[in-house]
Amino acid sequence: MATSDTVLEQQDVQSQSDWSGGKPAFKASYGKLMMWYFLLSDAFTFAGFLIAYGALRFSSPTWPVPDFVFSTAPFGVHHAPLIFVTIMSFLLIVSSVTMVRAVQEGHKENKNGVVFWMLMTILGGAGFLSCQAWEWTNLIGSEHMSVTTNPFGTYTEGGVYLTPEGEESDEVFESGESYLIHKAHEGAEGHGDGEHAELDYSPGDHPGYFVDERGFIHRKFKVTEGPDAGMIKMEQFGPRAFGALFFFITGFHGFHVFSGVVFLFIIMINAASGLYMRRRNGHEMVEKMGLYWHFVDLVWVFVFLVFYLL
Amino acid sequence: MGHLSYEEAKKVVYKGLILLAAVTLVEVFFSLLAKGHVIHELKYITWLHYLIGLMLIGLSLYKAYFIIYEFMHMRYEVKGLAMSVLLPTVLLIWAVIAFFQEGNSWKSRRQQIQEKNMEEVEEGQLQKQESMLLEDTYILKLEDVI
Repeated sequence: MATSDTVLEQQDVQSQSDWSGGKPAFKASYGKLMMWYFLLSDAFTFAGFLIAYGALRFSSPTWPVPDFVFSTAPFGVHHAPLIFVTIMSFLLIVSSVTMVRAVQEGHKENKNGVVFWMLMTILGGAGFLSCQAWEWTNLIGSEHMSVTTNPFGTYTEGGVYLTPEGEESDEVFESGESYLIHKAHEGAEGHGDGEHAELDYSPGDHPGYFVDERGFIHRKFKVTEGPDAGMIKMEQFGPRAFGALFFFITGFHGFHVFSGVVFLFIIMINAASGLYMRRRNGHEMVEKMGLYWHFVDLVWVFVFLVFYLL
Repeated sequence: MGHLSYEEAKKVVYKGLILLAAVTLVEVFFSLLAKGHVIHELKYITWLHYLIGLMLIGLSLYKAYFIIYEFMHMRYEVKGLAMSVLLPTVLLIWAVIAFFQEGNSWKSRRQQIQEKNMEEVEEGQLQKQESMLLEDTYILKLEDVI
């Protein structure tokens, strides 16, 4: 085993050695080295985005609580903070592991092993993308978050909600908790008939809530602590940067995953055709693809930290 | 490629899977702990939030180290390659400090602007000022409700 590896390594070095004079720089092939430098530059791009998120979060008086915002999962699961996104993380970790296996089989020049483990990796990546698609659909479709509107707000003082009639209810909340401003139900737009007859969600001021032109229902509450105690206030939109940052950064990461899946697919087909067997360089293309795929997982570690954990 | 035999390398991979999954679970658990999902009272202990925050950052950096060194085989590359890729990221430490500092000072200025806006509101220039800072904000006067 060890000897055949050394032979391969020598062939590897010889076949790649002419990209500069005599010896390859850092004993790595041109492609592998340049993949590392591409990933370094990409790391700076992502770092720039995540630092922008941090700076804007620091600059905002309030910020939506992540375990409130991300607490829904498919099949009608609610109030399950961070569970769905943990599953997404596992999918990426598993696909990273299957990618390592593909690279290892490549070094052994085992074509079928490479194709099998790359297929597993593609399934993992596609699974992650589907989860992200669901997460976005839920945020945009059901919770009405967009690049410019963030219906996730945070209380800056404790209080008690008013009933639709404008009297104090027994629904109390604490400072620092987050809320979601709901939109008037589509069926309620022709207000006055049906089961919503008792509540009028027409735009304007109502005793217990305020409905804006876009149909968002800002519930009113009475402040019970702090300098404004006793005042009637209403729910306000959260920092609008939140939506833009979320869609842009997770979207940019998702785009990396998507292009990764496309390239994995192309390289899997090439590997299946025996192209990399003929090159006799230990399936180096699979190894380079592996570097990229692990990087996508690496970035997710930090996106996960910044958006969901902290 | 590696200095490990095929069988050894295979073992490292599955160990890595268990390690990364375990660290992720620990992270989620502690994140929820700090937010008061496990024991509600912990929500009010501020120093614990900072402690757990630092711990989460530490664990994430450990995960990053593991992915780069084991999965991406940086451990088996020449030192010069590793340094030429890893050292530039040290610059990010300064970027983090500088931009977070900037964010903080922005926050205090934001409060100042808001105070100024409130002064204007009393003088009855609500229309002119409303859209300056927060376009989504509806200023509700006490008289409107009662």
